[in-house]
Amino acid sequence: MSRFIERHPVWSLVVLLAVALLVWLIFAVWPAGLEEAIGRKKVFLNAVFNGITLGGLYFLVASGFTLIFGLMRNVNLAHGSLYLLGGYVGYGISTATGSWVLAFIAAFVVVAIVGVLLQVLVFRRMEGQDLRQTMVTIGLSIVFADLMLWAFGGDFYQVQTPAWLIGPVQLPLMTAMKSSGEAVFLQYPAVRLVIFGGSVVIGVAMWLALNRTRVGMIVRAGVDDRDILAATGVQIQLVFVLVFALGAGLAGIAGVVGGTFQSLSPGEDTRFLLASLVVVIVGGMGSIPGAALGAVIIGLAEQLGSVYIPTYAIVVTFLIMVLVLALRPQGLLARR
Amino acid sequence: MSLIQEARAREVTLARSAAAQPAAWSVTEQPWAWAVAALLLIMPVIANGFFLIEIFGTTLILGTIALSLMFLAGYGGMVSLMQLTIAGFAGYMVAVFGVSGNANISLGWPWWLATPMALVLAVLFGTLGGALAVRTEGIYTIMITLAIGAAFYYFTNQNWAIFNGHTGINTVATPHFLGVDWRMDIAFYYLTLAVAALCYFAVLYLSRAPFGLALQGVRDNPRRMAALGFNVNAHRIAAYAVAALVAGLAGVLQVWNYRQISPGSVAVERCIDILIVAVVGGITRPVGPYIGAFIFVILRTFALDFLVKVGLDGNRFRLLIGLGFLAIVFWSSDGVIGLYERWRRRGRPVETRPRPGGHGHG
Repeated sequence: MSRFIERHPVWSLVVLLAVALLVWLIFAVWPAGLEEAIGRKKVFLNAVFNGITLGGLYFLVASGFTLIFGLMRNVNLAHGSLYLLGGYVGYGISTATGSWVLAFIAAFVVVAIVGVLLQVLVFRRMEGQDLRQTMVTIGLSIVFADLMLWAFGGDFYQVQTPAWLIGPVQLPLMTAMKSSGEAVFLQYPAVRLVIFGGSVVIGVAMWLALNRTRVGMIVRAGVDDRDILAATGVQIQLVFVLVFALGAGLAGIAGVVGGTFQSLSPGEDTRFLLASLVVVIVGGMGSIPGAALGAVIIGLAEQLGSVYIPTYAIVVTFLIMVLVLALRPQGLLARR
Repeated sequence: MSLIQEARAREVTLARSAAAQPAAWSVTEQPWAWAVAALLLIMPVIANGFFLIEIFGTTLILGTIALSLMFLAGYGGMVSLMQLTIAGFAGYMVAVFGVSGNANISLGWPWWLATPMALVLAVLFGTLGGALAVRTEGIYTIMITLAIGAAFYYFTNQNWAIFNGHTGINTVATPHFLGVDWRMDIAFYYLTLAVAALCYFAVLYLSRAPFGLALQGVRDNPRRMAALGFNVNAHRIAAYAVAALVAGLAGVLQVWNYRQISPGSVAVERCIDILIVAVVGGITRPVGPYIGAFIFVILRTFALDFLVKVGLDGNRFRLLIGLGFLAIVFWSSDGVIGLYERWRRRGRPVETRPRPGGHGHG
């Protein structure tokens, strides 16, 4: 971090100013002129919160994708299908048992098993053949998409939010000041906050596991030099299977989250595949902190964009990707 | 000039150029290539309007878009998923600059002004996208071009000022000149055939021209080419520009064919279809994309009937495509052509025939 500031003083200043502006916009009571210029603070705050929580969802999808790529150089363009499969499994379990938590567990387990099968049956047979892997996973995503369309039809499904999470919570953030001098506070759906907290916990746990444990050390060593690691006697194929299971399982969990926030339908697989592609391109392939940063940036850009410049919202996301590629082709937080 | 005469004239020109440079044209390597060429030329005599346009016209257009991908992937080693996007962009530009039912969007230019404009803009778009994509390699290129394609799709969906949102632009005018309505079945068939042949031979020619050879050198070993004094990135970007022109031509034909264009025609799934078409046919030679396109169009048109006939759900067309694609990718990295060659070589003593462009697609 301090090295970055030393090397790029101008960029650090720009980033610092942008973050400071965002923080000020969130916490300050807006002066009258500002409200007239860009609309009510409540709209802005909602967009920011939606953006950050959407970023949490993107992080869950993209972290699995980037983890698999980072360690095994496996390009899994069927990752979006794993997301959608997780969503459908979660929907099925939650409607059958009525338990939201059970939906997460089932989605994780089922999708992780599918991921392990993919690793053993497909990726292990074509190690190091990037393009072939890409094409096989594209083919698989077409097959999966059609099988899911067959099983679930073209309808929209929504995972039921559990009763204890329905309704808004009041946040200690002022949206406006009434003429009587009484402050109006922001109301925000509890479920989105809880899910966002969950993805932060998962992200931190992954970071700790990768950086502070022996298994994490093995995984990181595998990223850097797989052959030497295998030569030291580590059962690298087992590590690969476990990482693949974890990455796929995360996509499955994300599917349940997406089904709760938004909805599940054919086409969502492509949407989330693309979102995770953009997120990891921006953040840096193979980097978990990069996925987190990229997810928040893309989530915020999407939501703020759709509020303030609705026509060009999607282009903003794209422009960010172009800008990052132009200035730092390896992504914001990639090491290489 | 009547159509038949024109077609014959073209056949003569093709034959002459083929005779002048026998080694350069793979069409002369195979006797059956002449049979296919002759069959394509007399097609209007034996096929009805449905087959002419729905099967062969669509095949030629789709094949030409896939040809632009084949050029990039086979000779340049760059797998671009935005070729359909470029074609769709050219189509949109024809609709925007030309005449269409949406009078408040279309500028109403005549076709001979709108079409070159669309092509120039498409090449510009393809070159810019390429300039972005060449900063990365391999799988990253796929992802970035896929992201560009997706961004364009969502943009057309949301933008009402230029692209008319998700309804798209309808009743696009088609050209009339030399007293011919070029959207009539036979005229349009020959037009697509001419454009496809032009692109096919242009790509073949380029693959043997210094530019194409340098591009293949860049594909095989960029560092060596850079050390030899070639500007690696400039060659790659130029390849994107050429591919954009090919894709743009096909895109113009596409919009004339359907007389309308909407975001659905540039959707992400369609972009991936182009990759499937090129890979199934064989991505190492220009004829591959057309073979792939033919298989794809036949499947798309008749799979429903076929599936119903064998007692399955007719809607499982994409499942069939996906499984077929998987099978091809698993067993042959060179698509149908590769399968054919393996079958032909069977029983013969093993000869190692280095194929131009048969590298790097494992």
